[in-house]
Amino acid sequence: MSEAKRLAIISWHGTLDAAYPPLILATAAVAMDMDAAIFFTFYGLEILKKGNADKLQVAPIANPAMPQPVPGIPVPNILGVLPGMTAVATGMMNGWMKKANVAKVSELLALAQESSVRLIACQMSMDVMGIKKEDLIDGVEIGGAATFLQFASQDAIALSF
Amino acid sequence: MDVQVDSTLDCSGMACPMPILKTKKAVDALQVGQVLKMIATDPGSVSDVESWAAKTGHTLLGHEKDGAKFVFFIKRAK
Repeated sequence: MSEAKRLAIISWHGTLDAAYPPLILATAAVAMDMDAAIFFTFYGLEILKKGNADKLQVAPIANPAMPQPVPGIPVPNILGVLPGMTAVATGMMNGWMKKANVAKVSELLALAQESSVRLIACQMSMDVMGIKKEDLIDGVEIGGAATFLQFASQDAIALSF
Repeated sequence: MDVQVDSTLDCSGMACPMPILKTKKAVDALQVGQVLKMIATDPGSVSDVESWAAKTGHTLLGHEKDGAKFVFFIKRAK
């Protein structure tokens, strides 16, 4: 079997927890002498919106994996519907990431651009969601399914988040 | 480890994927045959540096543990 030389990732969730894996894996892939591309489609475009990378949120509702705010005191998942709970969960997650010294999403995005990870924004999703090129950070490519597939069809690992 | 070190990189406190990204840059800055000493505190770096070396073809001469720190010696191979 030939060795993969490319990492092709689809990023289609605009939540804080879903933004990390594509950026971590893509930057690591380039550090391992691979080429990497991330195709941002539907809500994944939120990650590319100007000034938005560090405002992404994570929802506690329907996310039973979310650790309890106070260890040992279970909070029913249904409480996630209460106003402000998404902000609470987001604050918690940002807190853990900071404590563990994990880079911010904006920092990983900048590193990805610096290391020539191809950031491809889905044209069709942009049209559907009313997002213009100038709404996105500079240096993003605009493309469609064929752009991603052409990259992903040669010696690539393909992942979706 | 008894090896001549040409450059040192301290990744203490950094989390994945930063030690690997910084290591790649530091090794690229070396001449072929030169050795980088990289220090990390992320326990995942032991497996990650080994995998990074296997994939990129650079030589992990060895690593040692110094208290809470992991110290790697990496030779630029190409």
